[in-house]
Amino acid sequence: MEAASQFASWLQPGQALFLGVHILGVACFAYIVYRRLLPLVRAQSDPRYDEPLARAQKVLKFWLGQWKHPRYKTAGILHILFFSGFILLAARAFTVLFVGVWPGFALPGLAGETGRVYEAATDYAATIVFLCMIFAIVRRLAFKPARYAVPARFGKAHTADAVFLLALIAILMVADSVFEGTKAAALAQQGGSPGIETVLSLPWMFKTALASASATALARFYFAGYLLHEITFYFLLCYRPFGIQFHVETSLFNVYFAKLNKGTVKPVRWGVADDQLDQVKSFGVKTFEDFTWKHMLDFYSCADCGRCSDNCPANAAGRPLSPRFLSIKARDYAFQHYPMLGAARNGTPLIGTIYSEDEIWSCTTCGACEEECPLLVEYIDKIVDLRRGLVDDGNVPQSLQKPLKALESRGNPYGKLEKKRGEWASAKDFQATCRVATLDGKRTAETLYFVDSITSYDDRMQSIGRATARILGHLGENFGILGAAERDSGHEARRFGEETLFLALREHNTEAIQASGAKRIVTADPHAFNALRHDYTGLPPVEHISQVIARGIETGKIKFNPVENGKVYAYHDPCYLGRHNGVYDAPREVLDAIPGLKRVEMKRSRDRSFCCGGGGLMLFYEPKEEERIGVKRVRLAAEAGANAIVTACPFCMANLEDAIKVAGLDGKMSAIDLAELAEQQMACESGAATAAAPTEMQPEFVGRR
Amino acid sequence: MEILVCARRVPDTAENEIALNSAGNDVEREELVYSINEADNYAVEEALQIVGRVGGKATVITAGGEDDEEILRREMAMGANEAALISDGAFEGSDGRGLAAILKAFVQKGSYDLILTGIQAEDGAAQVGGMLAAMLDYPFASLVTSIEVLDGRKLKISREIEGGNKEINEIDLPCVLSIQTGINEPRYVGMRGIRAVASVPIPTYGATELGLDAGSVGAAAAKAKRLDYFVPEAGKGAEMLEGSREENLEKLLELLAAKGGLK
Repeated sequence: MEAASQFASWLQPGQALFLGVHILGVACFAYIVYRRLLPLVRAQSDPRYDEPLARAQKVLKFWLGQWKHPRYKTAGILHILFFSGFILLAARAFTVLFVGVWPGFALPGLAGETGRVYEAATDYAATIVFLCMIFAIVRRLAFKPARYAVPARFGKAHTADAVFLLALIAILMVADSVFEGTKAAALAQQGGSPGIETVLSLPWMFKTALASASATALARFYFAGYLLHEITFYFLLCYRPFGIQFHVETSLFNVYFAKLNKGTVKPVRWGVADDQLDQVKSFGVKTFEDFTWKHMLDFYSCADCGRCSDNCPANAAGRPLSPRFLSIKARDYAFQHYPMLGAARNGTPLIGTIYSEDEIWSCTTCGACEEECPLLVEYIDKIVDLRRGLVDDGNVPQSLQKPLKALESRGNPYGKLEKKRGEWASAKDFQATCRVATLDGKRTAETLYFVDSITSYDDRMQSIGRATARILGHLGENFGILGAAERDSGHEARRFGEETLFLALREHNTEAIQASGAKRIVTADPHAFNALRHDYTGLPPVEHISQVIARGIETGKIKFNPVENGKVYAYHDPCYLGRHNGVYDAPREVLDAIPGLKRVEMKRSRDRSFCCGGGGLMLFYEPKEEERIGVKRVRLAAEAGANAIVTACPFCMANLEDAIKVAGLDGKMSAIDLAELAEQQMACESGAATAAAPTEMQPEFVGRR
Repeated sequence: MEILVCARRVPDTAENEIALNSAGNDVEREELVYSINEADNYAVEEALQIVGRVGGKATVITAGGEDDEEILRREMAMGANEAALISDGAFEGSDGRGLAAILKAFVQKGSYDLILTGIQAEDGAAQVGGMLAAMLDYPFASLVTSIEVLDGRKLKISREIEGGNKEINEIDLPCVLSIQTGINEPRYVGMRGIRAVASVPIPTYGATELGLDAGSVGAAAAKAKRLDYFVPEAGKGAEMLEGSREENLEKLLELLAAKGGLK
């Protein structure tokens, strides 16, 4: 008998059964997906159908390219191995499934020599996937990586489910190998061996073991291998949407529809203009259905790998927040309230049931979780949306109410007088060396230095403002500040869910900035930097002072005197400069340009930087925590062998200087802002550039005031 | 339960630099920002929570000028069902007794089970609540830190006693209570909430509407007058502890224990 028809005849008796399993499996899966899509249909809109090229690029990099995975070596390599195995095996699995009901089915292009190479490759792929599963099971059971642990407050461990799913895949690989091995054994017995010998692969082992088996036995193995493969395949397909492996199906979509514009915050409602927001009855997320469909897809896609929480500073400090469980709890909620059978029970409030207020206020929006997530799950927008819901219902911690009210009435969270906003620049000894113009409508300048609240009003941070002004002066910049006309950028007001207040602050600042006539904006506050870059529109280009200094070094305008204090410096990446805006190198270039400066990197730096504890309104919030986030950060600096931390953000400065005291490192560790250090080391040659005087306002600008 | 909360608009101490005016008889009021008196805000929140538990209505009133309407809007945004502004040129310059008489006239126009005031206005004398109760012949309790509604028109309240102790009282309705800060956690009101109630009409009551004899209130009838207003000279500086951190900590603990700060 010809080989192909022989194999077909072996499966012949089961054809009706196989077809039944096929139909049942596909029908079940289709029904499950339909039920899983129900909440997404009721969710808020989220237009992510634009920029197909940018999205396809994300798919290539993060999905097919598994870009984030190597950040965790063992798990990452493991995942890359079995992910590529799956991709390779997809065509083979598809073919095998069909063969049972369509004798002799072969995918076009997989016949002949190509087919033989593909067969051989997939023999090894199945083997590698099998070994990966065994390794993953052992790792889960014996080595128990800490980040998979489930804290008691979040319920029971997920190990059993994870191991069960891993085992199912291992079984699937065994079934596939039995099927292929039997086929190879039969072919070998008939004398012809058209396939490539895949020595030591799983199918090869079965082939070898079955080398002298009778035709009847081979037929039985072939049949059993097929049936086991088919049942396991469909069982997995239908079981995955109930747990952590749903990402196998959703990840492609989740990555394709991932957020493209980092550093921004989603609007209150997509499709509702800011000036129409008063018409929106309820702000933010209060019930599950207030999430957007993409955020629900995020919940489905979470693979429970724990990388987000492993990097979350709030979680590390023992605050009630764990981003991983933000997703897991919402997914469990969706599964319970949108059951497979029966009506959906929607509309119950999330706060007080699955989330607590403290949990939602604990987030510093540092973005470490999003940076780490291999599936590009979003967290900050969800946190902000949940906060918007809390703010809308008046549930704002007492510690935040005063600063919010002060932002409303005075334009700064401290409740200081507006007219004193520019006073930092008028200290006598400072004014003698550096005159800072106020662009009050009568005067204009090329560059606007946007100071923002903390640097304007906080005694300690004013030094950062003065250093920044001196650097701009040294560079010969024609610059000025808005003074009393500046208000808080509103960066944190927005991220703490007070959108209406943010919009008022933005409107005021936008007008003031446009009226100043400035052609570019410089700031030393990364939160203002991020706000002006991403939250505002219609402004001149914005730069952070570190970028300005780095360019000054490059053009030779800035030269440094050597440091001779023997200190070892570590640079702390502010979240809103680094992760949210990708400015990692400019500050380091500045430090490395200072002769004699010894610099070390902390274990967590650049895009894995560990938040200082959070800026803006977070400085007012009184979290429930075991240890301050900043203290952990200062310890990381000490571990790296540094005794001076350089940062480039006034909020980091506030947190780190406090943390140094709390950690008992007073005198052993110090903190300095990049602008302060640069200004301190700047070599002032004779004939150094002096600041160009701000010019009288042109009539056209005066008219706009 | 029908609850009336008497509130007042004051310069916000957290957001102003309070300085004397040049005449030396008041604070410099230009550039001040105002908000609802903090204790009154707690009183409104308490009223809202009681209404939430047992039903009824919360009404907020303030006696003052047009500018004072802003706090009524804020409290309506918070959830107060009704608000009224008590305003009349004849009321200007009233002393505490005069203000209590004005409020009494308003109370008698309605039927309120419970009247709440803040423990004191930040620029006031903590006198109006008690006087109002006396004029109405209602029972009064001050420094209230919790309210529980009992059956049979009674309340169970707790009061703060000096030294951190608490006293539990039963009090008959209708009554007047002055609310201590910290009794609850007032909800947040932002610009959005205020905008939502921006066009809700707030009635104004003058002397005629309240049936008050203008001569019995206002500056002319005031029997207590302010003579002077000044900022006391700063006293000697605080005691500075000098020594190592450990020594200072030990000394601090000793001092705290000696002054009764530690038990």
